[in-house]
Amino acid sequence: MSTLNPAGWRPEMTSGEAGAGGVPATFTGNRALMLEEPLIFEIGTRETTGVDFDEVAEDFDLGPLTRSAPIGLAGLSESETVRHYTRLSRQNYAIDLGLFPLGSCTMKHNPRLNEKVARMAGFGDVHPLQPQETVQGALAVIHELADWLVKLTGMASVAMSPKAGAHGELCGILCIKAALEARGEDRRVLLVPESAHGTNPATAAFAGFTVEGIPATSEGRVDSDALIARLGPDVAGVMITNPNTCGLFERDMKKISDAVHAAGGYVYCDGANFNAIVGRVRPGDLGVDAMHINLHKTFSTPHGGGGPGSGPVVLSAALAPYAPLPVVKPVDGKLRLVEEENAADHQPDSFGRMTAFHGQMGMFTRALTYILSHGSDGLRQVAEDAVLNANYVLRSLDDVLEAPFGASGPCMHEALFSDRGLADGFSTNDIAKGLIDEGYHPMTVYFPLVVHGAMLVEPTETESLDVLDQFIGALRSLAIRAKQGDEALKTAPHFAPRARLDETLAARKPVLSWQGE
Amino acid sequence: MARYFTEEHEWLDVDGDTVTVGITDFAQGQLGDIVFVELPAVGLDLTQGGDAAVVESVKAASDIYAPVDGTVSEANDALDADPALANSDPEGEGWFFRMSLGDASQLGGLMDAAAYKNFCDNL
Repeated sequence: MSTLNPAGWRPEMTSGEAGAGGVPATFTGNRALMLEEPLIFEIGTRETTGVDFDEVAEDFDLGPLTRSAPIGLAGLSESETVRHYTRLSRQNYAIDLGLFPLGSCTMKHNPRLNEKVARMAGFGDVHPLQPQETVQGALAVIHELADWLVKLTGMASVAMSPKAGAHGELCGILCIKAALEARGEDRRVLLVPESAHGTNPATAAFAGFTVEGIPATSEGRVDSDALIARLGPDVAGVMITNPNTCGLFERDMKKISDAVHAAGGYVYCDGANFNAIVGRVRPGDLGVDAMHINLHKTFSTPHGGGGPGSGPVVLSAALAPYAPLPVVKPVDGKLRLVEEENAADHQPDSFGRMTAFHGQMGMFTRALTYILSHGSDGLRQVAEDAVLNANYVLRSLDDVLEAPFGASGPCMHEALFSDRGLADGFSTNDIAKGLIDEGYHPMTVYFPLVVHGAMLVEPTETESLDVLDQFIGALRSLAIRAKQGDEALKTAPHFAPRARLDETLAARKPVLSWQGE
Repeated sequence: MARYFTEEHEWLDVDGDTVTVGITDFAQGQLGDIVFVELPAVGLDLTQGGDAAVVESVKAASDIYAPVDGTVSEANDALDADPALANSDPEGEGWFFRMSLGDASQLGGLMDAAAYKNFCDNL
């Protein structure tokens, strides 16, 4: 029980019960601006509607299409609907509310300039089926962004259409598959290190490859000797995340790439953590053949419920011919989309198509705005500040939380801690729940799997020293409470609208749709 | 009947040429509440060390490996309806699958109960 707020509401209180400190609970169950919001099906009545319909003529007959049962939707007025969703949105955490330390997610600020540009009529009001001569500006955005991504990564070309990270992974792996087929080789094995993102083995399996794991070393990097020893005529390539999920740069990347190429394979790099090296390292110089770039991470477009992802894939000269359609190319002084009709002239070996249209146009506009407003020197500083912030978090807390790879040198974009040293019965989960009381979204927990009770914190370059110090103070106090065995932490959060929901029951017996009536 | 253990925290009971496989009490404790178990199809040929099943808990999804070579003869369907069995009785009612014993010599590389306890104590 906090002494700061003795009369505060707690999850165990129900409506009508006296509150702590003799303050009665409210009639509504609301606690000032903390509102109890029912499901949308539980408000309004079925007799009302927010839409005016014409009276149906008496002789009007839809025949067999006439609805025989109620439609089952809540009958709400516009104001009821708006209020419902606005109330729900107030219970959300967002990057616009505070530091969002979710490791591997790069929850950085989404600059408002991006939004202003994306809403300009020439970008915001275009349609993918418009005649191409009327959208030359939009095609120029795609073309110029592609040029920047190719230059920043030191690669030969880029496929812009993939819609998010895992979609980009699939695009890159399908390019590798197409290249192997063109060579007439039947290589079935993709090597995936333990330090890779969890989507990598899923992508490899989805594309029809057999996944073989490669162990990590005690310092949290891929065991390059084990990887190189496994190479052979059955190996299609490797999927490496760099910087990896332990927040470390894979120093042997070039050595690994050279060995993979010598053995006839290809190198896929998961670029989800590109924020740590943008402007500093060009993956093309490390021998990478394909890498997706999360525009919604490194290039600041909104994500995590705030907007769609976008995952362009940069390709080496060896894989570029197989890139999916469509592609934007200058033809006779105009920008043109290379699609099925004209692919034979421009992209004859393309493996096909992954999306109906050109990709996430709205994200392209935002990402290019971000790039142009930072410039190449600004992007370099993004990486430097992101790495500095993560190391500040790591070294400010490694006296109270174990940093399993703290001796492996500076971290990159994220700081990794384990649950070693907490009091008996206390876990990473308790610290995460405590952070909710402190007003933060918890960090990534229990990932990567190679670290026991992992806590992965990625502050990004967005945060100032003051904001970082406040977060570090909160996490430090929780770590100390967990080490001292403070029982109140076992029941945190105490100040959230709901406390510890039954995650196990939710996973075992999920109820995913409205069950009433 | 003899019980063996693997370094991947599986136990196996060998009864003639039938092997019953599950995860150890130590493993279920590390995984936390188990919410889903994906079992191998009857008739599937397994190779020692290859993927055999998947166990998913509130914390993570983990592969279960075949402890020996052999062919799957039975899967514990009770885990479909009640995956919590793997938490409450991991080394009994919460068994995962049964398989044939393809190569008895592979048992020589596994641990007995005392060796496994020692193995866990040193983790």
